[in-house]
Amino acid sequence: MSEQARPSSAGNQMALAVRDLRMRYGTKDVLTGVTFSAQRGEVLGLLGPNGAGKTTTIEILEGFRMPSAGEVSVLGVDPARGDEAWRSRIGVVLQSWRDHGQWRVRELLDYLARFYVPFSTPEVPRPWDVDELIEVVGLNELANAKIMTLSGGQRRRLDVAIGIVGRPEVVFLDEPTAGFDPHARREFHDLMHQLSDLENTTILITTHDLDEAEKVADRIIVLDEGRIVADGTVEQLARQFAAAAEVRWTSGGRRQMHAVRSGDPTGFVRDLLAKEEDVTELEVRRASLEDTYMALVQRAEASPSRFARQPDAEQQEGTEEAPEAPA
Amino acid sequence: MTTSAFEARREAVLAGLSRGWIETRHALTDTASVVWYFALPVIFAIVLLIMRGKTVPGTEFALGAMVLPSLVGMSIAFGGLMGPASTIATDREDGTLLRAKATPNGMVGYLVGKIVMFALTTLVSVVLLVIPAFAVAGELQLGPRTWLLLALVFIVGMVSTVPISVALGSLVKSAAQTGLLFLASILLIVPSGIFYPITAMPTWLQYVGQVFPFYWLGLGARSAMLPEAMAAVEIGGSWRMIEMFVVLGIWAVIGMALAPIVLRRMARRQSGAAVAAARERIMSKGY
Repeated sequence: MSEQARPSSAGNQMALAVRDLRMRYGTKDVLTGVTFSAQRGEVLGLLGPNGAGKTTTIEILEGFRMPSAGEVSVLGVDPARGDEAWRSRIGVVLQSWRDHGQWRVRELLDYLARFYVPFSTPEVPRPWDVDELIEVVGLNELANAKIMTLSGGQRRRLDVAIGIVGRPEVVFLDEPTAGFDPHARREFHDLMHQLSDLENTTILITTHDLDEAEKVADRIIVLDEGRIVADGTVEQLARQFAAAAEVRWTSGGRRQMHAVRSGDPTGFVRDLLAKEEDVTELEVRRASLEDTYMALVQRAEASPSRFARQPDAEQQEGTEEAPEAPA
Repeated sequence: MTTSAFEARREAVLAGLSRGWIETRHALTDTASVVWYFALPVIFAIVLLIMRGKTVPGTEFALGAMVLPSLVGMSIAFGGLMGPASTIATDREDGTLLRAKATPNGMVGYLVGKIVMFALTTLVSVVLLVIPAFAVAGELQLGPRTWLLLALVFIVGMVSTVPISVALGSLVKSAAQTGLLFLASILLIVPSGIFYPITAMPTWLQYVGQVFPFYWLGLGARSAMLPEAMAAVEIGGSWRMIEMFVVLGIWAVIGMALAPIVLRRMARRQSGAAVAAARERIMSKGY
C-alpha cells in the first residue's frame, strides 16, 4: 500500500514472523520449536494452559527476552536488536500492578506520549491524542485521579491506553482483560476491533479465556508445553480437532449420540430420519471453541509427541466417520 | 537518521526533566517522605540540646555548631546513596522500569527523572537543615564563600554517590534487601566524623572512615561553614580540599563505570514474568 521502503523487503506485509523458536531455562525446555507468522492488521490469539510458554513467547517478541535459538522478526527487525525507532512502533501492554501509583492518569499518559513525538511520520502521526485516548478507554472521569486509586479493571484499561499511546503498528497484550467486568471486557473487544480494522494494527494477545479469543482473534494459536498444537481460525480449529457437531436423539428407547467430525451435520440427520422412524428428542449441537480447546489440551497431555497427527483415542458412541486430515 | 535519533533523545531528556519535577512534587506531598526530610533537622535540634554548653575538644567552639555542617554533609551522602538504591529496587518490582524499557528512549527519561528528583529532594532536606544554622550563625560562616562551597560539595556529593547507589540498587535482589544498605550506611556514619570528631577515634577507624564519602562530604560542608581556624582540629590540620575531590572523584568514577553495566544487566533480565513473580511474592509473603 505504502510507497515508502520498509526496513525489510522480504517481510513486506508480514508483521510477525517466528521460525523454530526455542527457549531453555537451565535444563527445562520452555519452547521447543515454535513457528508462526502474522500479517499486518491481523489479530492473533495465543491460547494455552498456564505454563504453556505464552508469556515467554510474547516477551521474546517484545524484545525483553533473548531466545535460546530460532529466528524472530517483528516488523522486519529482530527484537533483540531493535533500536528505539523500532521500539516506537511496538506497543506493549504489561501485566503491571502498582507502578506510578502517585501519578495521575492524564499526567502519566502525557509523559509517555512525549517519547513518541519524534517518531511521528506522515502516515502514522504519533502519539495518540491523550484526551481522545482517555475517552476511548473510558477513563474520562478518572483522568485526574491518582493511579493508585483505580480499580483493577480501570488500571487495566489504563495499561491498554499506555500500550497504544504511541499508535503502534504491532501491539502485544499479555492477558489484558484480567479483572474486567463484562461491560469493560466488551468495550475492550470493540477497541481491539477498532485498532485492527481502522488502524491496521497487528495484535498479538495472550489469554486463557477461550471466549475472548473467539471474539477478538482472526486466528488462534494454541500453545501447549512449549509447542504449537493448533493454528487456524476458530472454524478451522473446530473442524480440525474436535467433533464439529454432536447429534443426539432417542430411538428404540435408547439415547444415541453421534459426532460429526467435519462439515455439515444436516446430511447425517437427513439419513438418520430416513432410516429410523422412531427418532425423537433430536438435538444438534455445534462444538464450541471451548470443547475444541479442552479436547486439544487433553490430547496434548495424553500424547507428548506430535499429538496433532495422532489417531483419535476418544470413545464415541454410534457410527464413526473417518477423521479428516488436518488442513 | 542520526539527527532524528538525537532529537528523540533530546525529547526524552526533556520528558525526563518533567518526570523529575512531577516525582519531586509527589515526594514532597507524600507524608512518609516528608517525615524523612524533616527527620534530619529534628535530629539536629536534639543534638543541639544535648550538646548545649559543650565545646569542640581543645577549643572554645560550640560542639553543636560544628555538628551542623557535618549533618549537611551526611544528608547529601544519605540522599545520594540511599534514595536511588531503594527506588530502583522498588521500581524494578512494580514494573516502572519495565514500562521505561517498553518506551522508546524511556530509560533515558527514567534516569534523568531520577537524577532531578534526588537532586531536588536532597536539596530540600539540606536547605531545611541549613535554615536552623541562622540560629547559631554567630559561630558559623555564612557568606558567599559558604554558599559557593556548599553548592560545590552538593554537586560533587551527588556525582560521587548517585551512580554507586544505582549500581547497588540494581544488585540487590528485592526491595526489602535495601534495608541492608541502610544498615550499612548507618554503620559507616560511626567513623565518619559527623557526630564526633574523627581525630578522637582510634587510628584504624580513622582510616576506615576516610575510605567512604560520608567523612569527605562532612569535611567539605565543614570547610564551607566553619571558620578557617577550625581546620586545626581536622586530620592534618587542614580542610584537605584536594584529597576530598580525589577521593570523591574515585567514587564517582567507580560508580559511573559500574552503574551502566549493572543497570543494563539488570534491565535486560527485567521482564513481565519477573514483575509477576515479585507481585506474587509480595502478595503471599508481604515483602
